Amino acid sequence: MNTLKYQSQAVAKPYFIFAMILFVGQILFGLLMGMQYVVGDIVGDLIPFNVARMVHTNLLIIWILFGFMGSAYYLVPDEAETELYSPKLAIALFWIFVVASVATILGYLLVPYSRLAEITYNELWPTMGREFLEMPTITKIGIVVVVLGFLFNLGMTILKGRKTAINMVLMTGLIGLAVFFLFSFYNPVNLALDKLFWWFVVHLWVEGVWELIMGAILAYVLIKVTGVDREVIEKWLYVIIAMALISGILGTGHHFYWLMTPEYWQWVGSIFSALEPLPFFAMVLYAFNMVNRRRREHPNKAATLWALGTAVMSFLGAGVWGFLHTLSFVNYYTHGSQITAAHGHMAFYGAYAMIVMTIMSYAMPKLRGIGEANCNKAQVVEMWGFWLMTVAMVFITLFLTGAGILQVWLQRLPESGEALSFMATQDQLAIFYWLREIAGVFFLLGLICYISSFFVTEKKTA
Amino acid sequence: MSESFTKGMARNIYYGGSVFFFLIFLALTFHTVKEMPKRDHRENITEAVERGKMLWEVNNCIGCHTLIGEGAYFAPELGNVYIRRGGEAGFKPFFNGWMKAQPLNIPGRRRMPNFHLNDQELDDLAEFLKWTSELDTNNWPPNIEG
Repeated sequence: MNTLKYQSQAVAKPYFIFAMILFVGQILFGLLMGMQYVVGDIVGDLIPFNVARMVHTNLLIIWILFGFMGSAYYLVPDEAETELYSPKLAIALFWIFVVASVATILGYLLVPYSRLAEITYNELWPTMGREFLEMPTITKIGIVVVVLGFLFNLGMTILKGRKTAINMVLMTGLIGLAVFFLFSFYNPVNLALDKLFWWFVVHLWVEGVWELIMGAILAYVLIKVTGVDREVIEKWLYVIIAMALISGILGTGHHFYWLMTPEYWQWVGSIFSALEPLPFFAMVLYAFNMVNRRRREHPNKAATLWALGTAVMSFLGAGVWGFLHTLSFVNYYTHGSQITAAHGHMAFYGAYAMIVMTIMSYAMPKLRGIGEANCNKAQVVEMWGFWLMTVAMVFITLFLTGAGILQVWLQRLPESGEALSFMATQDQLAIFYWLREIAGVFFLLGLICYISSFFVTEKKTA
Repeated sequence: MSESFTKGMARNIYYGGSVFFFLIFLALTFHTVKEMPKRDHRENITEAVERGKMLWEVNNCIGCHTLIGEGAYFAPELGNVYIRRGGEAGFKPFFNGWMKAQPLNIPGRRRMPNFHLNDQELDDLAEFLKWTSELDTNNWPPNIEG
């Protein structure tokens, strides 16, 4: 059955599928790292922690990028009311990105990192070995090529079609993503400058332009599942992203407190990042408001659940858990502790993992030719996946927060001489790490449930 | 939201607000970069420090450790390790011995790999950590344990 309005939207499907494969890999490596936290030699020297972590975080970044690309290929033609400029280019870029990602991850796993740096001629243009930007320079160039081709394809589509607010906001976010990624090529010898501009990628991505992408995708899905007037939804979208950028740009200051920077960042960063929860709070109000004012009963209940879920969880993870340690006098004690890890996990899951699964939930039944929605049985399994993963993530976050508070208490608050050393403190946190690992297993069960929902079909009664 | 507040008004706040605050951000960043030489002591970046930073990067030290609070939270902070482990008198001998003793093979303990660095490379890495410990971080970390 053909259920797509524009046939070229179909290119989104491989992007979504591959994103989910990488997501499974990300979680498996997360579980391995969780074990290494408590049983340090669990796999001996086979996969050192730094390798597992690099695989865990890079898989996350890559699968979210695949998810964003799939989302854009799906929604841009629909919004622009025209076929995609070049479906062939989209598929070619898909394979280039797949090969580059797989080769990079295998490189991490199969050879020592310093050897990978040699093989890829890192010394010609050193960009490796910085957190989240560990990929070889050649992979970074590959990402730029793929993203430029992707933007060209979308840009040409929008130019010949309808220019909706959702498409324009999505494009602005994606162009911002490309522009700020260029800072990953700047790696000065002076660590002070290196660290300052490293945040131009990391912060201005996740607390800046990615929020535009998230907002646009959420607005699109809300229009589809609630049938609320576009004018109303787009007005909310502008208000939310205005708040996001007004607070988030100067909010970058909360990373500059301890970086060879003038003290005024402690004021600027504290004040503006204290406002960063507001757009997420507005997103919760808006998502619930729109669903309550719905003009149709969309058969895809799971997609609506994801849309509400991503709003709530991003508010908790990015908004509340971000605020917990963002004020400079708090951050002085919590910086680089398990509190940071707690916030990172829930924020990434709530905002970016969940927004991708939101649009997947809406789009996959159409991409697979099933219709407006999956059968009831498949939706029930999908919602089990939603709740298991989401509740597990709440517990992961709570246990890491517990670990973080105790860590600050033992290691950071006492004076030199009385404070426990890092390693001695870690031993005291073991119970929290075990509980986090158990919650992690539940997260994996949720993910298995979610993935299996794609294979559930209702028996036709003859 | 009230009907009198239109989509156009919301859009203008978005464009105007983001451009305005982005320009402020650029201005503050420009000022910060101009102020930085007073705090990062870049005149002390020798060739050894430069090679040390490269070694820090190509061995992915940030994958376990933090450096001034940024990185992984699996292994100790190294921004002030030079001070914590002996400083001028004791750091280099300690560091050389420590790196060569890895992996420690204590059952259940987190394992640091052996990176097979030679004495010259270990000295370069130590110089990088020494320079890093002298950066003005607005008094972070709160105590010697990092």
